[in-house]
Amino acid sequence: MKNGSTVTGIGQSKSNPSHQRIVGPAARFSPGAAITGVGAALLAAGAALAALGGASEELISILAIMWKWMPLMFEGFLFNILVSVLAMAIGTASGAVLGLAQVSPFWPLHRLASLVTQFFRNAPWLVLLFYCIFLLPFEATIIGVTVPLPGWIKATIGLSLPVMANVSEIVRGAVQSVPAGQWESAEALAFSRRQTMWMIILPQCLKRMLPPWMNLYAILTMATPLISIVGVEDAMTVTRQALAAEGRTELLIPMYSLLLGWFFLYCYPIARWTQALERRFNVTI
Amino acid sequence: MDAIYDWFRLLNDEYGINFAVFYDPFYRGRFFNGLLMTVWLSAVCIVLSIAIGLVGAWLQGSRLRLLRVVIQGYIQLFRNTPPLIQLYFFFFGLGSLLPPVTNEYGAQVPPIGNVTWAIISLSFFAGAFNVEIFRAGIEAVPRATVEAAEALGYSRFKAYIHVVFPLALRFSLPALGNNLVNLVKFTTLAYAIAVPELLYVSAQIWSDALNVREMMNLLLVIYVAIIGLLVLVLRRWEHALRMPGYGL
Repeated sequence: MKNGSTVTGIGQSKSNPSHQRIVGPAARFSPGAAITGVGAALLAAGAALAALGGASEELISILAIMWKWMPLMFEGFLFNILVSVLAMAIGTASGAVLGLAQVSPFWPLHRLASLVTQFFRNAPWLVLLFYCIFLLPFEATIIGVTVPLPGWIKATIGLSLPVMANVSEIVRGAVQSVPAGQWESAEALAFSRRQTMWMIILPQCLKRMLPPWMNLYAILTMATPLISIVGVEDAMTVTRQALAAEGRTELLIPMYSLLLGWFFLYCYPIARWTQALERRFNVTI
Repeated sequence: MDAIYDWFRLLNDEYGINFAVFYDPFYRGRFFNGLLMTVWLSAVCIVLSIAIGLVGAWLQGSRLRLLRVVIQGYIQLFRNTPPLIQLYFFFFGLGSLLPPVTNEYGAQVPPIGNVTWAIISLSFFAGAFNVEIFRAGIEAVPRATVEAAEALGYSRFKAYIHVVFPLALRFSLPALGNNLVNLVKFTTLAYAIAVPELLYVSAQIWSDALNVREMMNLLLVIYVAIIGLLVLVLRRWEHALRMPGYGL
């Protein structure tokens, strides 16, 4: 599994020169065209909706129902965002430690860390989610204090596991992408290994790690609706409950489109920003 | 085989570690069918998503602005929205628009089943990434190489088949492999619309045999093994296609 990152990863482009060439041109595309395209798609969806609604009063009643459920659905959406932020925080903290362990010169540590990383990167998100939901206890006792672990916290932990593995690969890729000359000159200047890492290598890595890290965050946010499958009440659950309460099939497409639209509005700017940063730091070419 | 089955039965009787899928033929059959469904879903989606990627990348080179805009819109919409909601949108949303048909028992059933919707939805999701990947691969082919092919009398189409595509494929392979691995991981989403793939049958088995812990661990190991195998195959392929001296 060593160096498997060249095939499996999300944000480890640094480790593979031919991959780098791929990401470069992909980052170029016209935002105008994309927005027009999305606009056209939404317009088509609207037209389909109008055709489906037939009469305009039908359309108005659909919009009224959507308006009624919107606050509740948006609350659910905010909960998804909260889960994504928490999972990202936990995943980043643990992933950074794991990533640094992966570049450790002490071989048992480095082997173990890359094994853990590859394992969690290769496991499907949904399976890890099920794993945490079913196998974590419903409460944990830490130093005599019993802390309840509700489903949503277990789900957040479940989502943070693949994030951890991917952050670990991002850290490894970034550290290894720093030219060897940097290490050698630091050694010549009598820096210890720890000093070299913290004062010379990592500050340079931060810039390189930011775009893939943001990309990972967007991927995580898009994975958060999975928690509805394991019984945590999020935007998806609320939407399905609303649809069940109304019981009208013509609501299905508009309601799901609304939810898709919110996620798009949240994730698309992140993707654009990531591309802008990639170009600015010029790390992918 | 029987010795292995007996060993697992003993493990259950003596230690209460219940791997029912190994010693119980009923669970074993179910589990195996689930595994086959996962492999089938993955294989079909890989082929379809690559086809979508190739067609999309080709259409993006079109002179028609409208066509390019439509493709770009498709890519951005599918890349930046959650795959689970896409699946629900296809299965419940679009599925509800289609008129039901009567099957041979006289029951009203939807014309497109859940397995087909899962294949459609996952293929479009992964296809959106593949379009970008292939286009980047085609753009990475040096202009001079294409001009050299033209100078040698290749037509535009022949140059594409014999010169551009073989190089573009090699440029695209690492990113493509990445995406295909993600696609196989995302086949678990089909659980949400009751496609009897590995995760779904496992959920049925652990609620029947009450062995959540054992099934969960087995499931995790099997998925990691399937994906590890895919990674290995892709790496072999990449290695076999290598062209020394071309930076590939």
